[in-house]
Amino acid sequence: MSSREQILARVRAAVAGAPEVRIPRDYRTTGAEAGRVERFAERVRDYKAVVHVVPAAEVAATVADALSRRGARRLVVPDGLPERWLSAAPSVERLVDDPPLTAALLDAADGVITGCAVAVAETGTIVLGTGPGQGRRALTLVPDYHLCVVLDEQIVPSVPEAVARLDPARPLTWISGPSATSDIELNRVEGVHGPRTLEVVIAL
Amino acid sequence: MSAGPGTFLGMPAFPKNAEEALEDSQLRFNLRKATHTIRARRQAVVDELPDWAALRAAGKAIKDETLRNLDRYLIQAEEAVTRAGGHVHWAADAAEANRIVIDLVRATGETQVVKVKSMATQEIGLNEALESEGITANETDLAELIVQLGDDWPSHILVPAIHRNRSEIREIFLEHMGEWGRPAPADLTDDPKALAEAARLHLRERFLSAKVGVSGANFLIAETGTLVVLESEGNGRMCLTMPRTLISVVGIEKVLPTWRDLEVFLQLLPRSSTGERMNPYTSTWTGAVEGQEFHLVLLDNGRTKVLADEIGRQALRCIRCSACLNVCPVYERVGGHAYGSVYPGPIGAILTPQLRGTASELDASLPYASSLCGACYDVCPVAIDIPEVLVHLRAKTPHAPAERLGLKVAAWTLDRPSRLRRAQRLASRLRGLLPRRRLPGPGAAWTDTRDVPAVPEESFRDWWNRTEGGAR
Repeated sequence: MSSREQILARVRAAVAGAPEVRIPRDYRTTGAEAGRVERFAERVRDYKAVVHVVPAAEVAATVADALSRRGARRLVVPDGLPERWLSAAPSVERLVDDPPLTAALLDAADGVITGCAVAVAETGTIVLGTGPGQGRRALTLVPDYHLCVVLDEQIVPSVPEAVARLDPARPLTWISGPSATSDIELNRVEGVHGPRTLEVVIAL
Repeated sequence: MSAGPGTFLGMPAFPKNAEEALEDSQLRFNLRKATHTIRARRQAVVDELPDWAALRAAGKAIKDETLRNLDRYLIQAEEAVTRAGGHVHWAADAAEANRIVIDLVRATGETQVVKVKSMATQEIGLNEALESEGITANETDLAELIVQLGDDWPSHILVPAIHRNRSEIREIFLEHMGEWGRPAPADLTDDPKALAEAARLHLRERFLSAKVGVSGANFLIAETGTLVVLESEGNGRMCLTMPRTLISVVGIEKVLPTWRDLEVFLQLLPRSSTGERMNPYTSTWTGAVEGQEFHLVLLDNGRTKVLADEIGRQALRCIRCSACLNVCPVYERVGGHAYGSVYPGPIGAILTPQLRGTASELDASLPYASSLCGACYDVCPVAIDIPEVLVHLRAKTPHAPAERLGLKVAAWTLDRPSRLRRAQRLASRLRGLLPRRRLPGPGAAWTDTRDVPAVPEESFRDWWNRTEGGAR
């Protein structure tokens, strides 16, 4: 008998006669709509990320400001990123992922700019789904600085609403603040292997 | 290098280990500080959710339903992963799982792998197995790195180096980083930021050139074949994303039926483990993605045996959050090493003897490594009644003849009111003969840590009958 058959047979023997289980789903499947954007901004800030809340028309200026403050000159720009977001930063050199950027090139870049698939207010989480303007996973992992533009309508109040919006067939990365560790005396320290600086522009 | 389960074999029983650990005041100080920090944080973020109890009930039921129909869900997961271009392997025990991983690494021609922290691969001793075949496994989680560099044992599920404080970590980095790659800077301080930076620099090159990654998983979604890994540092993302070949070793109990179920567990797990609203990074992937080759190794290694025990099987609900360790008064004082297993603390005390059996003195002593206070049950996000399983396992472990006799006598006496009354009267009459502090013979072990209870002049019932409740 193969190990597969053996394991399945053992499982069947182990649970034979056990009663079926009903799953109570009495928890909240929606969160508070009021104050959604403010809560998201506050919770992302709790993770020591930099957050700007601006009218949609000011995204380009905010992005340009952020890049110049950071001194980011060579920026990874994933395919499908809205052109207007970078329209106020013409001098920034764009690294496009075609042909795919090597790890060394990504490591040498000053940062990466992306949009996102969905964001969660209650937990201050941004989810990237490798869709347009998000790029493959390494693009937001290797560079030390991640600038992310989140649109008002992408922010959902709670985790269940985010899970419902996402496509599991795509690789997803849920990001809650910059890279961090709690391994030294269980205190949170920001900045290990992922981007050490996360800056978020929320466009209203 | 780092210690696997093999190292734990032959360890003395828990009471002996505990006695030694209790004498290490530095260890007690480190543990107290860390567990109290995390307890407060967990409580704050749990209290924030008005529906925590409902989430916990759902989490428990989802896991129970999964275990009830595990055969069906495993087959479903296998089909979904295969459909998405992944390869699925089944391993009945540790040796088979290690053999599968070794062969997969061999096939790539590589001799180095990068690893994400994973309890399953620790349980099977994968690092040692790889090493014996000339393959170096590089742990990349900060705490695992501390353990690996210090040639030490993990002592906590979530934070394996919880027993080390910052200055000890600094020493380990200064002394051993150079043996494995980029050394720590000579002027390294014990500031946690500086220590994290040293780890970042040490591992960076290895990540960027890694060809083979080995991981576990927190969840495997049967419906979609999606694997889910929660982490903090980004080392997980590095190991899951950068290598061309990814091998994930996953216990069969990690399955969740549907994608939707994540809405429960992505709330329960981060708040219970690191006490955060959400951990910094969660990666999900389905099959082979972004040009990778993906292998899933489904691991039994004793889990089906646990599943067959009606009371003990609830331990398989565990999502490895480690909240039970952080609140346990026993764990807080003796630390994780005393449990002699990669699964320490209350959950280890019920999981290890079930997975490994109770043949060794150590494993047989684990169900007693608890005061049965129940704090572990209160905080468990999937409501594992750990005290219930402890008592159940205590009944199953071997007992000394004196203890068996004593309990038989007690059972006989308590069976009839008349017998109890006679025994009580006899005890009252003989109370002058009882030693004050220590019992002789086999009873001495019991009075090692307790005083002999004072026997009253008469029983409550006799007093009541004589005085009509004090009226006379």
